[in-house]
Amino acid sequence: MNPEQKPPLVLRIQDLLVHYDTGPAPVVAVNRISFDVHRGEILGLVGESGCGKSTTAMAILRLLQPPGRVVGGRVLLDDTDVLKLGPAALRAFRWRRVALIPQGAMNALNPVMRIRRQLADAIAAHANANGRAALRARIGELMDLVGLPERVGDLFPHELSGGMKQRVCIAMAVALNPPLVIADEPTSALDVVVQRLVAMNLLNIKNTLGNAMILIGHDMGLMAQLTDRVAVMYAGAMVEIAPTRAIFGRPMHPYTQQLIESVPSIKVKKALRVFPGGPPDLRNLPPGCPFAPRCGCIGPQCEKKIPPLRECAPNHWMACHRHDE
Amino acid sequence: MNANNTTAIFARQRLAWANAKLVAGMAIILAVVLFGLLGRVFWDVTQARVASCPLNLPPVGFNPPGPGFQPYQTAHPLGTESSGRDMLALLITGTPNSMLVGLIAAAIGMVMGVLLGMTAGFLGGWVDAVIRICSDAFITIPSLAVLIVISSYVSEIDIKSMGLLLALFAWPGTTRVIRAQVLSLRERGYVQMARLSGASSFEIMFFELLPNLLPYIAASFTAGVSGNILAATGLEALGLGPSRVPTLGMTIFYAIRGAAILRGMWWWWGLPILMLMLIFTGLFLIAIGLDELVNPRLRRAGGGQ
Amino acid sequence: MRGISKAYLIQRFGMFVITVWLGLTLMFIIPRLAPGDPVAAMVSRLAAQAGRVEQSDQIIAAWRERFGLDAPLPVQYLRYLHNSFRFRLGYSMAYFPTTVEEMILRAMPWTFGLLTLATLISFTTGIAIGALLGWRPTPRLLRMTLPLTMCFTAIPAFMLGILLTYVFAFGLRLFPFAGAYARGLAPELSWEFAASVIHHGALPACAVVLTSMGHWALGMRAMMIGNAGEDYMILAEAKGLRPARIFWLYGVRNAILPQVTSLALSIGAIAGGSIIVEYIFTYPGMGYLLYQGIVNNDYPLIQGIVFVLICGVAVAVFVIDLIYPLIDPRIRYERQ
Repeated sequence: MNPEQKPPLVLRIQDLLVHYDTGPAPVVAVNRISFDVHRGEILGLVGESGCGKSTTAMAILRLLQPPGRVVGGRVLLDDTDVLKLGPAALRAFRWRRVALIPQGAMNALNPVMRIRRQLADAIAAHANANGRAALRARIGELMDLVGLPERVGDLFPHELSGGMKQRVCIAMAVALNPPLVIADEPTSALDVVVQRLVAMNLLNIKNTLGNAMILIGHDMGLMAQLTDRVAVMYAGAMVEIAPTRAIFGRPMHPYTQQLIESVPSIKVKKALRVFPGGPPDLRNLPPGCPFAPRCGCIGPQCEKKIPPLRECAPNHWMACHRHDE
Repeated sequence: MNANNTTAIFARQRLAWANAKLVAGMAIILAVVLFGLLGRVFWDVTQARVASCPLNLPPVGFNPPGPGFQPYQTAHPLGTESSGRDMLALLITGTPNSMLVGLIAAAIGMVMGVLLGMTAGFLGGWVDAVIRICSDAFITIPSLAVLIVISSYVSEIDIKSMGLLLALFAWPGTTRVIRAQVLSLRERGYVQMARLSGASSFEIMFFELLPNLLPYIAASFTAGVSGNILAATGLEALGLGPSRVPTLGMTIFYAIRGAAILRGMWWWWGLPILMLMLIFTGLFLIAIGLDELVNPRLRRAGGGQ
Repeated sequence: MRGISKAYLIQRFGMFVITVWLGLTLMFIIPRLAPGDPVAAMVSRLAAQAGRVEQSDQIIAAWRERFGLDAPLPVQYLRYLHNSFRFRLGYSMAYFPTTVEEMILRAMPWTFGLLTLATLISFTTGIAIGALLGWRPTPRLLRMTLPLTMCFTAIPAFMLGILLTYVFAFGLRLFPFAGAYARGLAPELSWEFAASVIHHGALPACAVVLTSMGHWALGMRAMMIGNAGEDYMILAEAKGLRPARIFWLYGVRNAILPQVTSLALSIGAIAGGSIIVEYIFTYPGMGYLLYQGIVNNDYPLIQGIVFVLICGVAVAVFVIDLIYPLIDPRIRYERQ
């Protein structure tokens, strides 16, 4: 994809900095990351748990729970800075402009409300007075979109299977046809067959509606199938961001390489690599590259200086001292 | 490994800062206990007997509530009541008695509750069903009412038998809490591991589960002491308590029977009530302090962030 | 609507029957465990009063018949169950030939009214206070002032009752000391009578409400805080719903469920506590009647009242059990 042909920008994140105010010094959960999302694109956001990917998503929606707090940076959605919205504007912005498919749909639905009412809730909060019949028809459409029979609307969440709940969440997310949908590990709690179904649902919806999507997860196989570009996070920092093809074809950052190598493959028989060391302790990061303690090829600079994110190939950004060597 | 969970909870708390409510509650209770224990060293408690003092003296510094009352005397700093007992001596002797009743009942109730709760939660099946149904039924029944029936047949009761009597209804709450905790703990990894490695049920119950239940046991013991003192005072206020030794509740009963409210003798009923309020507040603070220990999320939100 | 599942209904009804049966059995056993022969003791006590009680022979006869002294225990037990089932609780000893059920029926409306009203008020205000305290957007001012309403939580209701009597009835003379309505009035449907009933009931109700409210508030606050971390709460916010809607439909609506369960569990304790409150206020309900029973050694009356109390509590719990599935859909379809 040439830079000239890039479709219009939907989301631009600049220097986003998130702290968790616990203990004497704040923990830096997201460390000045920047990235763009374009219309019709699925951006994969990957990394181990605790690397800050869900925190990023919550920061975009301004849903960080205390002690989490956005300290700096900008979240621009079509030129509005989300971080500066007042309460009423924020309410109007949520869901209409950015919707969320939550992590673990198991508890994402209110257990005491019927599915239909929860869908209607989201629509009615933003579109004024479309009438009962129109609302009902819209809900029918949405159910159809995710392949659920309409009578599911009359059920309570506990009567649904995990996959059904997740699809209800997807239907809810696209109810107002927002330009951006954030899917936070939408398939992590599901079994393999259902995972595939939900993944196809997501792809199908993006193709039909043309929304942009941020897909958060650590399942590299799923990322390869669904995304257009992949951003890799490590210890709150962005370490690599590139088109999916490039990331899987020629991963540059040693962490990305390890992530991809840890995916088992049927075609090529190889010894599965297991990650050396544990995930980084955000309270106590090394002074240089955060990945240095677990990296297989550290140089003299790595333990002293944090590597900056640089464009190493067209559209391929990466943060590693060793790339030039 | 088993105790790590519990000690972690306490360690985290100790690191942050000692839970203020817990400390305050314990301080109050300690002060009340010391008052009862040391008071008899410094004060002549034989004045708690009937007709050992002048009648109806108000506390020092207060005017008599009406004609027919004598002015206060420094020999009786908290005044005297209508049958000639010294209020200070009554408080000093009555407070430990009232607390003792609660302690005996709560201790027995706790042991029974823990044993039944663990048995039910751990064995499951029909044993669990029987224990659960019994404890639910006993919780539903207004125990104070049944205790009233029992006490009405007993002409004279002492502190210990009153404690034992109350213990009859002191177990279901603990049973319920412990059973629920055991059920959730049972599914955790280390219990399963212990089971796989061939530990007997008994070993698992006492070495794996019990340490994890300690905060819950402590919390329900505190609630038990307070609930049983409440029940005891209730029975006593109806005149169904021990009449040979003074208790705070019986003092209130005599005050009501002696029309102390109408005669303006507020110190007669007010002082034992004040003492009981101290005890209940102390225990209540301990209980919510323990609750916050067990459930740290409450503490954070309590700070009003 | 599919309604309440049969299994649930049977289970809860079973619990109701077991509770009532347990209460009845306790009332049967306790007199028989008491030292000495209870009927003999009663007869001798009556003999001592024979000068005053004219129909003592009749009482003794009635009692012999009721207890079936000559019958073996199991027969006595079955007879007793049968009589109780027909709400025949025997004769009062102090007010023969008044039957115990007559006396109870006269006292019951007062207790029922006071208790229901006080419990409802304390439950709803406690829940509201707890919900606000456990809700992050609650203004700081409310957050600081609301806990003050809980300062009586640790105190038993009857003690607060004594304090209230002293301050408001004896000291300020704003409220009457005793009774359920002014002495000159007859129970009728008039504004004057209603006002008098409210005037007399206010203090006892306050004693119950102020001491029990804090427990509901604390429980509700804990549940709201736990609830705030649930995914559906976060999603509700992400949906851009109005805060009031999130508070009621997502927050309170879920956090209240365990409170209803604990209401069912504590009705017994509340009823027990109110006995003594009635006695403090000489309120003509079953609690005060019970006290009179104790003073007069009127055992049939005491047992009858306690039996009715147990039944009342069991009924209340059963009613809550029936309502609960309507507010928690997860119960409704259980085991279907």
